[in-house]
Amino acid sequence: MALLEIENLHAEVGGKEILRGIDLKINPGEVHAIMGPNGSGKSTLAGVLAGREAYTITQGSITFGGKDLTELEPEERAGEGLFLAFQYPVELPGVNNQYFLRSALNAIRKYREEESLDGVEFLKLMREKLNVLHIDRELMNRPVNAGFSGGEKKRNEIFQMAVLEPKLAILDETDSGLDIDALRVVADGVNALRSPDRGFVVITHYQRLLEYIVPDFVHVLAHGRIVQSGGKELALELEAKGYGWLETGATTPTAVTA
Amino acid sequence: MSTQTVQPQEGYLEAFAEFERDAAAGPSWLTPLRKAAISRFREVGFPTRHDEEWRFTNPAPLANTHFQPAKPNGAVVTAAEIAPFALPEMGTTTLVFVDGRYVSALSSLGTLPEGVVVSSLAEAFAAHHPAIEPHLARVAKFDTTFPALNTAFLSDGAFVYVPKSAVVLDPIHLLFVSTASDAPTVSHPRTLIVAEENSLATVVESYAGLGEGGNLTNAVTEIVVAQNANLDHYKLNRESREAYHVATMQVQLAHQSVFSSHAINLGGLLTRNDANATLGAEYAECTLNGLSLVDGKRLVDNHTAIDHALPNCNSHELYKYIMDGQSRGVFNGKIYVREDAQKTDAKQTNQTLLLSADAQINTKPQLEIFADDVKCTHGATIGQLDPEQQFYLQSRGIPKDEARDLLIYAFAGDVINRIKVAALRDALDAILLDALPQR
Repeated sequence: MALLEIENLHAEVGGKEILRGIDLKINPGEVHAIMGPNGSGKSTLAGVLAGREAYTITQGSITFGGKDLTELEPEERAGEGLFLAFQYPVELPGVNNQYFLRSALNAIRKYREEESLDGVEFLKLMREKLNVLHIDRELMNRPVNAGFSGGEKKRNEIFQMAVLEPKLAILDETDSGLDIDALRVVADGVNALRSPDRGFVVITHYQRLLEYIVPDFVHVLAHGRIVQSGGKELALELEAKGYGWLETGATTPTAVTA
Repeated sequence: MSTQTVQPQEGYLEAFAEFERDAAAGPSWLTPLRKAAISRFREVGFPTRHDEEWRFTNPAPLANTHFQPAKPNGAVVTAAEIAPFALPEMGTTTLVFVDGRYVSALSSLGTLPEGVVVSSLAEAFAAHHPAIEPHLARVAKFDTTFPALNTAFLSDGAFVYVPKSAVVLDPIHLLFVSTASDAPTVSHPRTLIVAEENSLATVVESYAGLGEGGNLTNAVTEIVVAQNANLDHYKLNRESREAYHVATMQVQLAHQSVFSSHAINLGGLLTRNDANATLGAEYAECTLNGLSLVDGKRLVDNHTAIDHALPNCNSHELYKYIMDGQSRGVFNGKIYVREDAQKTDAKQTNQTLLLSADAQINTKPQLEIFADDVKCTHGATIGQLDPEQQFYLQSRGIPKDEARDLLIYAFAGDVINRIKVAALRDALDAILLDALPQR
């Protein structure tokens, strides 16, 4: 069974249609990259999947692990194993990072009717994951994302992903603005979690991240539709040719003109 | 003055005559102070909304209600009844006052360093403690209505004396309990805290209501912090939801002394706190923080006044309000920087989280600066819960309601985390979680 199946998805925000018929099927173990120019609907797709209230689905369906995703609250989606790494991680002043993550993990475990982790068990798990990702433990004692640098915020997203171990992780432009070290942390985090029963959607504007996270499939999103799909070589092609060809109405990147 | 306010005022004057005849105890030097206070009250009467200091808090219920003087030992209170207001794991020194009067049977005195006095004022009067006369009713002026009334009816209260270089590690808890009765009553709790040179102590004042009573508690606290002394003060308002609570705290800070006070307001239908500090010598440091949880039709009004009289003093203020229902909040923060007070560093912050569309806060910073080489900042923010923050928490699996609580708690945590005494912080944490606005 597919992990995620999106059929003919149309969504609008404030009465404006952004997604105009998306079809996408992700099987366990696969990494899908979604590329496209600004305004093509990449972040809207991520938001719709995570359950942002601002978006209204007008047509189509989203099935996640056999369930109708659109019927679920954002927290239920997390419980079912969906994770969104935010393009702009939110600052939570006054909420301790460690406390936050333990609350999240235990909320998800509760949803799955699993025993919650006590403080000692959680600390052990946290240390394990911190070591894998080479993240400074000091980060855990600070308020969530408050005063973090851009890179720290993105690392923190990846760290949360590592602790929550989702079935499907969506990375919404996690690479944007990152230096090479932070980019490696993000990529290492994803690669460490790659497994036959887990899927990834990597949303990015640039091909660079895909040098580190090698995708199985690359999709090009433009004007709210997937206009082309292919293997990892499609990303290289896009990098070389840019997105200009999309404006000409062409359906392949080969028709680019200066 | 309207005719409405005359009657209750006469009631107080009659009550004073009776009090003076039958109940007024204490040293002879107190008598002229009481008389001066009652004449001051006769003169000023009750405030109205036309008074600038009461612009946003209508004092009419205070002026128009016939509060009867609480009868001494009129109510018998059991240890079990006050147990919920105890602060667990906070040492063993607790003085309990019921309707303004000391009850030794409910109080407990732990082991205190030599020379430290924690007692009722009546006991301290009897012992002729030398630190009382120079300070009592002299630190806090009684030129306004409520301090005047408190002083006029002064006969008992709490006395904390920390001698030179004494260190009291365990917090001292002063618990003022007000009991419900058929007719609304008034009590006038009085507290005098004297921290002598180089001493260190922590004092918690709690005001608690037993049962649902519309009583008035009119408290005055005088605090003297001598040279190099460090006093950590907390005021916890857990009055009943129908109660009226008016309190004045006046603090005097000496050279290089450090004073900090946290006012946590959880109860009371109408709460008015006046927290005033005079930084009367150089290098003194004063912190006034507050956290108010207001819901229903309740009102919390914090007035602060920090007087920077001499150079090189710091003051910090952080007042947070969490407001739900049709509640009202008032914050008025005065900072005076006198001509001599160069190198003053004063910071004032008021932050409000509005949880309902009908809650309302009036905030007014009032800075009067007469020196030119100073740093004074003030800021007020009023906001609602951020839906983006809520969504972020939800996206991590935390249910919507829990996400909301977590964010409210985080807002409050900013004040709670500044509390230095771990046991008190934990106790307040638990009280706060309990008191969070219910969905």
